[in-house]
Amino acid sequence: MILKRKALTWWERLYLPALIGGFRVTLRHFFRKKLTLQYPEEKWVVPEGYRGAPYLVRDPEGNTKCVSCQLCEFVCPPKAIKITPPGPTGPVADRPNAEKMPREFEIDMLRCIFCGLCQEVCPEEAIFLMDTYSLNGLSREEMVFNQEKLLALGGTHVGIQKWQHKLDEAKAQEDFPIGT
Amino acid sequence: MIDWIHSLSPSQQFAFFSAVKVLCAFAVLMFMVAYVVLLERRVCAFMQDRLGPNRAGPFGLLQPLADAIKAFLKEDFTPGHVRKAFYWLAPGLVMMPAIINVAVIPFGSTLGGQRMVIADLNVGILYTFGIVSLGVYGIVLAGYAANSKYPFLGGIRSSAQMISYEIALGLSVVPLFLLVGSLNLSDVIGYQSGGFHHWLVFQQPLAFAIFLGAAFAETNRLPFDLPESEQELVGGYNTEYSSIRFALFFMGEYANMILASAMLVTLFFGGWTLPVFGLDQPATTLLGGLAHIAIFLAKLCGFVLLFIWVRWMLPRFRHDQLMNLGWRRFVPLALANIVVTAAWLWLKA
Repeated sequence: MILKRKALTWWERLYLPALIGGFRVTLRHFFRKKLTLQYPEEKWVVPEGYRGAPYLVRDPEGNTKCVSCQLCEFVCPPKAIKITPPGPTGPVADRPNAEKMPREFEIDMLRCIFCGLCQEVCPEEAIFLMDTYSLNGLSREEMVFNQEKLLALGGTHVGIQKWQHKLDEAKAQEDFPIGT
Repeated sequence: MIDWIHSLSPSQQFAFFSAVKVLCAFAVLMFMVAYVVLLERRVCAFMQDRLGPNRAGPFGLLQPLADAIKAFLKEDFTPGHVRKAFYWLAPGLVMMPAIINVAVIPFGSTLGGQRMVIADLNVGILYTFGIVSLGVYGIVLAGYAANSKYPFLGGIRSSAQMISYEIALGLSVVPLFLLVGSLNLSDVIGYQSGGFHHWLVFQQPLAFAIFLGAAFAETNRLPFDLPESEQELVGGYNTEYSSIRFALFFMGEYANMILASAMLVTLFFGGWTLPVFGLDQPATTLLGGLAHIAIFLAKLCGFVLLFIWVRWMLPRFRHDQLMNLGWRRFVPLALANIVVTAAWLWLKA
């Protein structure tokens, strides 16, 4: 398609319509409501599904959901997650129907790229990317979050509890009246 | 203090009062430069639906101070490839003409028996144009001294632009002096007293339009800011500069803007006069003198605001459009205006 460029009229060539139009636009914007978010005082609403810092969560009974399977450690692209498994002699899980829980679980927030793969890969729904968008500290050591800190920041999560129905089944079988 | 001033000889008194006026005018100019920068940032932010710098002090009023401290404390870096002498000279040369030119601007009538103009030259306007034309050297030298392509292009553009528009600027005010019959800026103000219709903007609207356009070009402000266009010249002539030297270019630009506003006010808008409440006659009281200075500064601020507003309103001209406007519109129109005004005065006489 060929668009013919229209010749400017005498009035337009005076440059005045452009001036008036420009003045109207700028004046309108001058008195318009400002979009600036004055950050430390005003905070934005973090949208649903936002990928902030990954934290560990507890189940409603207050137990650690992580079973130290280390899938997140393996999948983590920048190798930000470091899990110390309990080993044969370590502490047992703090909840029934879980074999183990991590002895230590560390996330280096300086390495984390907030990709969310750990959350996707977790079979226990124990790690979630939450709405923390402002992570800061005064030293590199401070930015390595340990298990205690991650659990404290993550809070409780009311999602699926994968082994809960197994536990319920086992309980039901134990309580089943046999031979009476 | 009063006794000491009376004990001085007239020439000593003249030197003393001139020194005081120079100091005051310089201080006010520098203060205004600092705050015009803040005003520009706030106004542009508002036009872009933002708030602008509002953190340093109430309403961001301490921002100029913060900027100055930053500029002074930054490392004063001189790139290895520059021509050192010119590189050091250029920022000063940009700043200087604006400061020198303040000398002939009457910024008030009288205050305590002293005329509120530093040097009441009878060739005031010629002096102004002479000094203004020096302004181009700073920018050209900066472009040349930087010894790299973008500043060089900026310098070339600036010389072409400023030389072209100086002609239009000079020609546009000739009709004014045909009317007034004097080159002294105080006489120009005196001619404009006694009613709004005496203001030269209403008697010579075409001269005003040409002078305003040429003033925008002379001060390198948008829509004629080709020497420092950020997009294609990475800042133009000041690309290789940093810290306080860069700040000097900036201050020079704003000082030039203030000076251009002062010239517009003096030549076309009655200077310190206001044709109400008898404010168009030289003041006899201290209060009246202060009122005149306030009127002058208020008019000045109005024009500074216009300069800022236009910058955020209009896009940049192309270089050929700029030259076209300067040589094929402004210069012939200004010449025609001179002829018409002269003919009219001749017929009237």
